[in-house]
Amino acid sequence: MVYLTRKAEFSASHLYHNPDFTPEENRRVFGKCNNPNGHGHNYTLEVTVKGEVDPRSGFVVDLKQLKEVMHREVLDAMDHRFLNKEVPEFLHKIPTTENIAIAIWQRLNTKLTAAKLHRVRVYETADLFVDFYGEA
Amino acid sequence: MKAHLSRRYLFSASHRLHSEAMTKEENLATYGKCNNPYGHGHNYTVEVTVSGPVDEKTGMVCNLTDLDSFIEREVLARYGHENLNMLPEFAREVPTTENLCIQIYEIVQRGFHFAHLERIRLEETMMNSFEYRG
Repeated sequence: MVYLTRKAEFSASHLYHNPDFTPEENRRVFGKCNNPNGHGHNYTLEVTVKGEVDPRSGFVVDLKQLKEVMHREVLDAMDHRFLNKEVPEFLHKIPTTENIAIAIWQRLNTKLTAAKLHRVRVYETADLFVDFYGEA
Repeated sequence: MKAHLSRRYLFSASHRLHSEAMTKEENLATYGKCNNPYGHGHNYTVEVTVSGPVDEKTGMVCNLTDLDSFIEREVLARYGHENLNMLPEFAREVPTTENLCIQIYEIVQRGFHFAHLERIRLEETMMNSFEYRG
């Protein structure tokens, strides 16, 4: 088994807000991230797939194909967007780094055929990242 | 759904690698420059990984402010700008980055209960890093 990781970057804005919380609760739980006008990050996405090396191509997966799927399913949808308002998953779900990693996993998982998705890692900043392995 | 959250923190500290169990020559042969009697320092990066179900109400594994304040109080305040050899946990144990990594794991494991501790990864320099998972 060989693991292959492809990186991509996207920039997006978001805010953390739970409509079931009072304004005070929202501010207490989410702090600055509750600013109603939103704020943004440069996200780094790392997608790791795994598989056996194809004896003919020497590839785990065709990197070009992986790159295309990442672009189509993730970057086109999230890059330079206000996540809460423009990405369907986050109309009713808070776009935390955890939920972004899960959403990206769900977007990619069904679209990758040759290799199996192993991990989605999303860096919100260089000092904060989330890994999702598809665990229930 | 279960996710893993990792957060990186910086602190600077000095240490000297010297074992009472070894002769002067053995210490020098084993630790080289790190055996310098006056010690030396590093900018350490500690990467804390915790895991747990993503809370439906908050979208979080745990609140980052809880993790930050715990690490600030229990780890960074304890080790930042200290001479590690002077601390009680290193009175008998050599303050290698391996041992420091284990100490930090124990502190977080004992005191942080908002999420499950997966691992501590400690970078001594950009070139050396150590991981402990208990």
